[in-house]
Amino acid sequence: MSPHAQAPLHEDAATTHHAHSHGHEAGHGSFKGYMLGFGLSVVLTAIPFWLVMSGAFDSKLLTAFFVMGLGLVQIVVHMVYFLHMNPRSEGGWTMMALLFTLVLVGITLAGSLWVMHHLNTNMMPMSPEMMKNMP
Amino acid sequence: MAHDIQIQDGEKPVFYLTEDHHPEGSTNLGFWLYLMSDCLIFAVLFATHGVLGRNYAAGPSPADLFDLPLVALNTAMLLFSSITYGFAMLQMERNAKAETLFWLAVTGLFGAAFLGLELYEFAHLIHEGAGPTRSAFLSSFFTLVGTHGLHVTFGTIWLITLMVQVAKRGLIPENRRRLLCLSMFWHFLDVVWIGVFSFVYLMGVLG
Repeated sequence: MSPHAQAPLHEDAATTHHAHSHGHEAGHGSFKGYMLGFGLSVVLTAIPFWLVMSGAFDSKLLTAFFVMGLGLVQIVVHMVYFLHMNPRSEGGWTMMALLFTLVLVGITLAGSLWVMHHLNTNMMPMSPEMMKNMP
Repeated sequence: MAHDIQIQDGEKPVFYLTEDHHPEGSTNLGFWLYLMSDCLIFAVLFATHGVLGRNYAAGPSPADLFDLPLVALNTAMLLFSSITYGFAMLQMERNAKAETLFWLAVTGLFGAAFLGLELYEFAHLIHEGAGPTRSAFLSSFFTLVGTHGLHVTFGTIWLITLMVQVAKRGLIPENRRRLLCLSMFWHFLDVVWIGVFSFVYLMGVLG
């Protein structure tokens, strides 16, 4: 089972070491996995840069949709291939923590933009004259 | 576990194992929770930039300021550093100390290149009069991108520290655990950068 050349010092050291190597196997990817993640990332980075720099789409809304969409896909790719996220690691607790954080992030982002947008549009309009006399 | 305290001839006595069954697991989960809290910091800064990102105060807009080829180069540096860190972890799995150190050094160089390009960009912006005090847009830009840069700076310092540790002590379980934590931190920073280049730079230039 143990690939190590040197003999373990004693029984306990050997068992502890096995426990460690099991822990490692759970947390790491393979060369293939890293290369696949890297390849996908390169493509998912190149497309949005190309879209914005070349102005391929006439519609800004469509470009924005693709930039944010591909960004989200790339985040998932990084999570899976580089951070090795899966529903089983740590008995599912890392996934739980991630989902909870995503809910909080969603509330923070959507709430801030929503509230501040309404605050902005419902404020009394200000003329340059009023702006000049501001304290 | 009675056999833990048996002492055999010519052997160091072992009374308690400070790290028993799954120390790696609990450290990983704890470090993951730290990363999630860091994620909240960045979420707040992204929200701030989302709110203030169009308030130019009659100053320069992202389309005037941002040099997208430079940002693409910066993104490439961080992505390369992520994959080379992955290679370092694979070499660590094989117990290959020299190769691990080599890939960690390559990662550190890419990280330093990223920081150099970012500092060049910041210096250029401030020199053009587009410093953090120019407009609300630039304040939130410098805060968000600067916080990310600061994380990469500390990650690089951590990387150098671990390289010294591995060089001196080898790939002992403690160093493996530390390298695993740094790998999560490093890949996490790359994830945050995806948000930065998509939302701040590309969406900014798009207007």
